[in-house]
Amino acid sequence: MAVRMFDGAIPNRRIELETVRRRLLLTAFLALIALLVLALRYAWLQLVEEEAHRARAENNRLRFQPLPPPRGLIYDRRGRLLADNTLAYRLEIIPERVPDLERTLAELRSFLPIGEEEIERFRHERALRRAFQSVPILFRLSEEEVAAFAVRRHRLPGVELVPYLTRNYPYGATLSHAVGYVGRIDERDLERLDRRRYIASTHVGKAGLERHYEDWLHGETGYERVEVNAVGRILRVLERRPAVPGRSLVLSLDAALQEAAVAAFAGARGAAIALDPRSGEVLLLLSLPGYDPNDFVRGMRVGEYRRLLEHPDRPLYNRAVQGLYEPGSTIKPFLALAALAHGMRDPSRRYLSTGEFRLPGQSQGYRDWRKGGHGWVDMNDAIAESVNSYFYALASDLGIDRMSDYLGRFGFGQPTGIDVPGESAGVLPSRAWKRERSREPWYPGETVIAGIGQGYWQVTPIQLAHATALLAARGQGFRPHLVRSHRDAFGRGERVAAEPWPSWDIDENDWRVVAEGMVAVVHGPRGTARAIAAELPFRVAGKTGTAQRVRSPRREEERRDMPERLRHNALFVAFAPAERPEIALAVLVEAGESGARAAAPVAREILRAWWDLRER
Amino acid sequence: MKGAPLSALMPILASSLRLGRLDPGVLILCLSIATIGLVILNSASEGNDGLVLRQASRLAIGFLALWVCAQIPPSWLERFAPHLYLLSLFPLVLVLLVGEGRGAERWLDLGLLRFQPSELAKFTVPLACAWLLARAGIPPGWGALLGCFAMILPPVLMIQLQPDLGTAILVGLAGLAVVFLAGLSWRRILLLAALGLAAIPASWPFLHEYQKMRIRTLFAPDADPLGHGWNTIQALTAVGSGGLTGKGFGQGTQAHLAFLPEHTTDFAFAVLAEEFGFVGVALSLLLYFALGLRILWLAMGAPSPFGRLLVGALGVSFLLHVSVNAAMVAGLIPVVGVPMPLLSYGGTIAVTMMASFGVAMSLSVRARRPRVP
Repeated sequence: MAVRMFDGAIPNRRIELETVRRRLLLTAFLALIALLVLALRYAWLQLVEEEAHRARAENNRLRFQPLPPPRGLIYDRRGRLLADNTLAYRLEIIPERVPDLERTLAELRSFLPIGEEEIERFRHERALRRAFQSVPILFRLSEEEVAAFAVRRHRLPGVELVPYLTRNYPYGATLSHAVGYVGRIDERDLERLDRRRYIASTHVGKAGLERHYEDWLHGETGYERVEVNAVGRILRVLERRPAVPGRSLVLSLDAALQEAAVAAFAGARGAAIALDPRSGEVLLLLSLPGYDPNDFVRGMRVGEYRRLLEHPDRPLYNRAVQGLYEPGSTIKPFLALAALAHGMRDPSRRYLSTGEFRLPGQSQGYRDWRKGGHGWVDMNDAIAESVNSYFYALASDLGIDRMSDYLGRFGFGQPTGIDVPGESAGVLPSRAWKRERSREPWYPGETVIAGIGQGYWQVTPIQLAHATALLAARGQGFRPHLVRSHRDAFGRGERVAAEPWPSWDIDENDWRVVAEGMVAVVHGPRGTARAIAAELPFRVAGKTGTAQRVRSPRREEERRDMPERLRHNALFVAFAPAERPEIALAVLVEAGESGARAAAPVAREILRAWWDLRER
Repeated sequence: MKGAPLSALMPILASSLRLGRLDPGVLILCLSIATIGLVILNSASEGNDGLVLRQASRLAIGFLALWVCAQIPPSWLERFAPHLYLLSLFPLVLVLLVGEGRGAERWLDLGLLRFQPSELAKFTVPLACAWLLARAGIPPGWGALLGCFAMILPPVLMIQLQPDLGTAILVGLAGLAVVFLAGLSWRRILLLAALGLAAIPASWPFLHEYQKMRIRTLFAPDADPLGHGWNTIQALTAVGSGGLTGKGFGQGTQAHLAFLPEHTTDFAFAVLAEEFGFVGVALSLLLYFALGLRILWLAMGAPSPFGRLLVGALGVSFLLHVSVNAAMVAGLIPVVGVPMPLLSYGGTIAVTMMASFGVAMSLSVRARRPRVP
């Protein structure tokens, strides 16, 4: 037996046995308490808190996967695709599969146009996702870029070429101001959009029809209820509601006419709008210079966008609906009609144009555009030759109130309501309008210059075209609109009913006088636009106009090329064929100097193209 | 299929020559729990039959070890206790030098055999303490106490260095259990407890960062829900979503969609809780505690002081494993690497735990035949 090496109690088998047994019993008792505590804890978790944990487990497992709807397409009146969804490729990186991200990025940048901005955006988006989720780095790779990537793919694990649908505008700048564009959804868009509807969408209509008809074009987002595992990988689809494609639009525009109009402008700045006076359908809506809407879809760099925004020619500015110009002489036919309607003029009575008009008791002289005047002229001559003094007197006799009241019916001074966003209201001179802006009373001289479309006058090209269309339709016209019909993915379509413009009766004889005056502008021996008549296969009623620019120079660099910018704007309005009008047209050539020499030839080209293209 | 090796083992056990040494209570409870363990593992491993088969074969080896240990004459164990203890220290030293494992170096690869030496310590440390105290007399004095600490501390420190705090604590507690059972006076227990509590803040700097994190997580699991709080939150979600009757075998979404970490090992009990609900939890806890209490009962009946102390400590150690793991899964204590015996995937613990049951059986049998000293 071992030597007793340790202190402690003298061994006593009985005491020892009792001690250990007491402790064993105590242990057993403690164990039962532990069992009780554990049982209570599990009962609490599983019986009392069950609902909360069950919900948490479901939340873990189920995820909604939104499905983006394909955007509706946009066609012209002949079924040409103006806005298409095309297959494109984007480059995506799955961070967890890339062994060395920096080296991969450097390698990609060596043969792809990836700038600092793309890298920055990539890093930003990467921080928002988990490592197995792919992050896009470059959109819309060209075929060459796709090929360049393909041959290097083996060296770039974790980088993937992903096909997707992207918006494509085959006509580019030709239709940019009518169709508009879609762009990446930004924070401002998020404020106005229904987030749930756009949860899967990357782009939204930002301008033109794409913006105005966003609701129809977008479609309804579908979803998949999926089961995911802890790292978020989708294991199976539990439920699926497919996305509803957006409605497609069919426009009244004719892309070929649009292209012809671009050619007719031959590089000049300006705008042209053509309407069908019988329906208010817009056949042509052009603002030059345009821009390539595809750049917006792809996403522009900051510098690129700023260059576009600050370009002196202002390509982003939609002159057709936003641009404000003095109407100049194009207003004269409307004034003539106003005077006839109020019985203020006998069309055949002759007035003497001496080259200057004076209000009784005033020394201020108002000039004719031809030195020495036009001699004795009746209303037809006055319209054809654009005799200012005739209209000074006419306006003065009519008075501002009757003038603004009657011309207001043609839509001046208010938006036409065309389905292109951003329209300006313009200014229809009136006492009320001046009262709102100035303490000065209305002066008679202001009525006089309003008679030749100057002074306070401000119109948009769409207003001019619309007024001309109303004139052509003898006061029974419609609100201008670009969309003829819309249809769903199954081709079930719906025509857009033309909305009548508040109508009034124009006396047939009055109308004939004005129309014949306008025909004489083009076809008459002394018409201001007689130079274009020779090449027209049909009779056109038109009116030239030349007006100063409304806008004064804003910046120093504009001041520098002022001579060019200060030149008068050239205008031409027309409807044709004169007897049974099917088209009403307004053409504006910025800095064109002369309506007859700059705007009328453009109008002639457009009208000829329309004649060749029109549906017979 | 998974029950096959077990049922194949039954006739062998039944026909064994020394059936009398086997305690039927322990055996039946052990078999039931092992069966539950294989069912849960089968679900948790998602049809990975290899995993289940490996575990089944280890359990079979465990039963073999149980049977062999039950045959060991009680006196041999006491005689060779110091040798076994010293022998078990070598692999612990070795694992610190050449070990392998996931981040923590716990395994020792002996070619054919890959095992965790720390699991051996769970048996040899109480073995050595029981040997010492049985010799030194009961209740123990200061000298014996010091001797015990001298034997408990080296393996505990080595295991903490691996680092494996959970196992280190359990090894230490297994040794202390002997001291407790030996009747250490309450005054001394209180004194030691006070010393121990005072040592906790002092030991904080010696903890590994991940261990500190786990302790912090216990008190605020939502502070870092995707990081360190993940395990605790997902385990609670798994357990709680099981409800009364559970989601059914193989239907636990937390386990099967990999939200639940370590669902075949340390958190296997959470799989049981998720798929079989409170009913399953209550039933298995009852079986576990019945088994632990049965071993304590065997300790009561052990003929020698050494036997009583060792078997009692083994019973305490088993109950501690169960309680700590169940409490960890239920978010009552920090996440520590303590497996649920016979449920968690792992070979060494299955074998050593069953071997200790065998030892318990051997030591609790009163000598029927006179043995030649």
